Amino acid sequence: MRRIGYPAAVALSVGGFVLAIAGNVLVPQVAAVEITPVRVGDWLVNFNGLYRMVLGAVILGYLLDALISRGNEKNRCAFVHGAPLRFAVGIALLAWDILGTKTQVFVQPFFPGPAQIVGAFLEEGDFILQNTLYSLRLYLWGYLLGAAFGVGTGILIGWFPRAYYWISPVLRFSGIIPAVAWMPFAMTLLPTPFAAAVFLIVICVWFPVASVTAQGVQSTPKVLFEAARTLGGDTRYLLLHVAVPNALPQVFQGLSTANAFAFTTLVMAEMMGQPGGLGYYINMAKIWSAYYKVFAAILVMAILFSAITKVLNIIEARALRWQEGLLSKQGEVA
Amino acid sequence: MAASNTAGEQARGDAGLAQGDVALSLRDVSRTYATAAGGTVEALSHVSLDVHRGEFVSLLGPSGCGKTTTLRLIAGLDQPQGGELTLDGEPIRGASHRRGFVFQQGALFNWLTIRENIAAGLRARHVYRENAGRVDELIHAVGLDGFGDAYPHQISGGMAQRVAIARALINDPEVLLLDEPMGALDNFTRATLQDLLIDLQRANHTTMVLVTHDVDEAIYLSDRIVIMTPRPGRVSEVVSVDFPRPRHRGGSEFLELRATLLEKFNLASAEPQPEYYI
Repeated sequence: MRRIGYPAAVALSVGGFVLAIAGNVLVPQVAAVEITPVRVGDWLVNFNGLYRMVLGAVILGYLLDALISRGNEKNRCAFVHGAPLRFAVGIALLAWDILGTKTQVFVQPFFPGPAQIVGAFLEEGDFILQNTLYSLRLYLWGYLLGAAFGVGTGILIGWFPRAYYWISPVLRFSGIIPAVAWMPFAMTLLPTPFAAAVFLIVICVWFPVASVTAQGVQSTPKVLFEAARTLGGDTRYLLLHVAVPNALPQVFQGLSTANAFAFTTLVMAEMMGQPGGLGYYINMAKIWSAYYKVFAAILVMAILFSAITKVLNIIEARALRWQEGLLSKQGEVA
Repeated sequence: MAASNTAGEQARGDAGLAQGDVALSLRDVSRTYATAAGGTVEALSHVSLDVHRGEFVSLLGPSGCGKTTTLRLIAGLDQPQGGELTLDGEPIRGASHRRGFVFQQGALFNWLTIRENIAAGLRARHVYRENAGRVDELIHAVGLDGFGDAYPHQISGGMAQRVAIARALINDPEVLLLDEPMGALDNFTRATLQDLLIDLQRANHTTMVLVTHDVDEAIYLSDRIVIMTPRPGRVSEVVSVDFPRPRHRGGSEFLELRATLLEKFNLASAEPQPEYYI
């Protein structure tokens, strides 16, 4: 890629979004779209207004980023590197706005423009927030409970051969079945829909975490147990201070796989009989053919799930701090 | 000969039985392993040996002579089929912190820092709080000042073995067992580590048993060298190294003993024995 200068990078980063605002302001609305302003405090705002504000915030954010990263060589390079992509996003938004909303070239109501999608938050922001919190609550209950059971079971079957003999066939059998297949039983046997969805997420997290945790415990080098024994370690020490920390990289590998499973199960469970959540919201919006709301919910999911994944990655990096530099070192050798 | 004294220590049945304060005693110890093919291999046959308090003894011999098996039996990591092992008159049953072990490849806990690795023995025995100061003393004693917060993958092989030695010494073991700890190191690192062992022994009078196949290393470090031969693994002879430390690797006594030992190994291998090549 041709190298561009820093001023050009700032111009590119901001320019696309400036053009997107300009397009939204200047291109006339040629096809009929109902634009109802909503009262926000003392202001009357319609979706175009909110859309421009969002773009303005993005522009301000990038200007701030440019200002902060200017001093540091590494950050500066990263900023310059991302500039063409930011420009492309701005131009894509511009084109989407014109084709989706202004001229309605795209098939409606399936592909509304970005301004209309943002409008969903204006229309029923509180309701979207409620459903987001419902999803988050469901996710946390299911994922944390499933992870706890998974790590516990994994340690058990990794450590005790008898537990391995009896439990691992169950894991192998039920681990292959998509969790949502249990939906009918979950819905009828558990007292509330919330508990049913938690149950489904728990089992979809449980199995992958348990099997990799067991593998991690079992793969502990024998010499490490011998070293611990000659240092005066009892069985408890061998398990909790040798086998478990040795298994930790695998445990986190299982946790991040399970995280992806949990998102899928969460949304599917919500679409099939929950009184709330982003999946429920998508279903409701679909019934009214309000596809801009479907897109709004998808946008929220993208942000929510990335944030959760980010948090998990931060926890992993902290817990596996001792591996820092180790993986890249192995990469150099290979 | 000034360098060695083998008189009275010829018989393999009771080699190395000597007067004095005996710390570690092996009587008629045998160990047989089952092979994958369904047969058995006699790794150790009727080994007897006494190690005195504060003594440095090397088990020297070619691979397959049972020297590592002997060390693992002393550590309690393995059980003999016959004979008895005692430390201070008490029979050895299972591993204990009283017998520290340094493994060939260090066997450090990768997820712990150097300081935490060295402290592991204290934590395992729930006595960390009252002995925390010992950790930094040992870091200093093995020459790892400033590396306490590093992780094992960030340090060199020689440093890893220093950590392994310090980790074993934190428990103040009555005997330190060293299983070819310097086998994988380059010559310069090995020489400095050998000097470290001598310093540590002089400072604490810890009884040490070293497994090695390096004749020079055995002469440089040992009070006595136990020569072992394979098929079946047994003690063929015990040689005392009488000349004072620090020993000069090029000195005449050193070279003389070296020649004698090498000759013994040639003799040992000249005995008619079936050879297997796989």
